[in-house]
Amino acid sequence: METLAEIKARTETVAPGARLEIVSNGSPSQQASLRIDNEHAVEIARFLRDDPELRLDFCSNVTGVDWLDRTIKKTVKVKQVVDGVEKEVDQISEEVIPGYLEAVYHLYSIARKHGPVIIRMRTADRTAETQLPSLTSIWRSAEFQEREIFDLYGIHFDGHPDLRRILMWDEFEDYPMRKDYREPDDYEYEPTPHDDVLEKAKRHYAPRPQLDGAEKITAQP
Amino acid sequence: MSLGFQELEAAERPPTIMTSRLEGELLEVSMGPQHPSTHGVFRMNVALDGEIVRKLKPVFGYLHRNHEKIGENTSYLGSMPYTDRLDYFCSMTNNWAYALSVEKLAGIEVPERAEYLRVILAELTRLQNHASLLGFLLSDMGAWGTPLMYAFREREKILDLFESLSGSRMMCDYMRFGGCRVDASPEWLARAKEVVNRFPKFLDEFENLIVENEILIARTQNVGKLSPGLAISAGITGPMLRACGVNYDIRKVDGYGYYPRFKFRIPLGEHGDTYDRLMMRALEMRESIAILNQAFEQIPAGPVMNPKVKIRAFKPPVGEAYGRIEAPKGELGFYLISDGSSNPYRYRVRPPSFINLTILEDLCLGHTVADVMVILGSVDIVMGEVDR
Repeated sequence: METLAEIKARTETVAPGARLEIVSNGSPSQQASLRIDNEHAVEIARFLRDDPELRLDFCSNVTGVDWLDRTIKKTVKVKQVVDGVEKEVDQISEEVIPGYLEAVYHLYSIARKHGPVIIRMRTADRTAETQLPSLTSIWRSAEFQEREIFDLYGIHFDGHPDLRRILMWDEFEDYPMRKDYREPDDYEYEPTPHDDVLEKAKRHYAPRPQLDGAEKITAQP
Repeated sequence: MSLGFQELEAAERPPTIMTSRLEGELLEVSMGPQHPSTHGVFRMNVALDGEIVRKLKPVFGYLHRNHEKIGENTSYLGSMPYTDRLDYFCSMTNNWAYALSVEKLAGIEVPERAEYLRVILAELTRLQNHASLLGFLLSDMGAWGTPLMYAFREREKILDLFESLSGSRMMCDYMRFGGCRVDASPEWLARAKEVVNRFPKFLDEFENLIVENEILIARTQNVGKLSPGLAISAGITGPMLRACGVNYDIRKVDGYGYYPRFKFRIPLGEHGDTYDRLMMRALEMRESIAILNQAFEQIPAGPVMNPKVKIRAFKPPVGEAYGRIEAPKGELGFYLISDGSSNPYRYRVRPPSFINLTILEDLCLGHTVADVMVILGSVDIVMGEVDR
């Protein structure tokens, strides 16, 4: 199979203006990946699938990753005049790299029996602009897996035929796989008849402040 | 929707069924989640035109416990016993897929004997998974009890082997990064060999019962046909893909473990219908027996763990890896991202059962409700893996 750099060069000729970037991987697995831009994603995906050399017809694994905001601290020596004397002073600058959500696709070729080619797409940020183009129209196998990413990470896939929650229930509000997810105290709180009865009982019986909780409610003598 | 999804034509039905239809009226039925033939807690919202399925939407999540989040909050080793609970029929192959991914992530080598033991256990797992699938499928078709008990009798012998090796019948937790937890004794290997040697007799008997059975043929042939093009596009893997005639087996393609050392064939179907999917399992069992017999011959002596690996306080280098194996149900993969700490930053399971259900609606459209059961049975799902 071609190297990722060759695939990148050929993709750039097919989709002019596309911003591609090879994301290196420090692990011994040496599975580097290709980051593609969201505007040309469907076009690039179609090229990867239909190109006679590559024929990446089998999209095996689709998954999301949540990257939080990162702060990089840099220390720069700066000359400053302190008490009339010039000195070298350490100046610490902080650079905040905003977080983003990522969708990763592992592509293989059944026709050519090679792979994987890994492509990834990133959202603009984690809260407001979480849209990515859906690749379900290219590989049907992304249908349920993109739904799962929407469900657990909250990435909205534009052009997905049926973007609903798949594992969590429809009324669920947050995205549980995000790194900053906090479990609610009570998943499905709603007032029950039991609560009303409890309130009524409290009005009927005199409270005993020395006791806590349910023990407060006791019958009067 | 102009996405080019394949639409199956309505199957030809005898006129008696057709006249019982409510013309133009669809009846919405919720099948499951407590239906015995849904193999666990799985629900399908079906729109019926008389007996004929016009729409089918699977509903998941009844067994969802967010396995992946738990994996991110646990150490690398801590997730190993938890992988047993994914596809609880095939804990050995789950262990192997996870161990393989971590080995890729950290660049760990596995001793020769351990690789042989892994092949032996994975093929034994395939035998018992496929045998019980055939039993369940026949049970779905109305052959209550007997075929399932025949299959479970054989499965029991293999589970006994697992128990004596790993201490547990189903939740084996046997493999580790860089090898296997304990060595197999010569007596164990002899017993395993005996079980494998007796297996073809069961297969002959079972195949005699099912292959030319008139009812089975009527219920399965031309039911739930899947075209190779759709199967590839929808990411179908395992026996279901090969039943469509697509020659793709990760044991051959990736050549992980020591599979290139063994001689075995890949059975291929022709029609992609339920009958082919069923027969694919029977034929694959024969090939598994061939692999097992070669593995018993070749297995060398030696250590079963790579002594350089520190399993406790294990911290792989920063990076990511995707490892996959041919599990009995299809491609089982683990995608791991390491940030250099003792827990994975991202832990993703690529579940074959879940992705094989993508085309369930396409398979069932135009068939009767009774066929839905058979088609679902032939997909071979385990809800522990589908819902994770």
